Amino acid sequence: MKKYFFALFALCVALEGVPSVQAAGADLEINTPAITALRTGMRARFREQLLPLYDSGAVGLSRDGLIAVRDANAVPLAQRQGVNSLVAAQNNDLNALYREIAAANGHPEWEAEVRNTFAQRWQQRAHPGWWYQDANGGWVKK
Amino acid sequence: MNRLFMALLAVSMMALPACVTINIYFPAAAAEKAADKIIDEVWQLKKGEEKPAEQPVEGK
Repeated sequence: MKKYFFALFALCVALEGVPSVQAAGADLEINTPAITALRTGMRARFREQLLPLYDSGAVGLSRDGLIAVRDANAVPLAQRQGVNSLVAAQNNDLNALYREIAAANGHPEWEAEVRNTFAQRWQQRAHPGWWYQDANGGWVKK
Repeated sequence: MNRLFMALLAVSMMALPACVTINIYFPAAAAEKAADKIIDEVWQLKKGEEKPAEQPVEGK
């Protein structure tokens, strides 16, 4: 009987020890080579191309943590195709970012929650005059 | 003696789920912090970098 208790006790201690090590890390890992490359690429795209599109309202922040063409008429016809490719490239990077952050922290299943967190933060921190999509899909000017 | 084992066992059993649950739940605060750090970098809202826009706004 005593042996049985000992075994159970040891098992409990062992099980408790393992996860508490992981729980101690308070920050999420966001510095893997893949994530760093995505950050750098998005930063350049913002500075060089996306900023005027956010400012003019041609492109807005969608509710799913991506970006979308909101008003194609705000872009000269000749440039519209370029804007579409730009939005697609940015969304590729954003999707990869959310996936990589979840994976880098050992929980690929966190991807949707990472995405939701980013969606909220992008919108809350949008510059005045930029557009974002509310929970019902309607566009709102910040 | 048996009582001691029972007590140890009970404590272990109670502590076990508490530790496991920490890892099941998504660390929302840490995720927000990570998001803000990346947003700062991508949008460069912090000082030190030249800001393209931000013209002085005259009185409304």
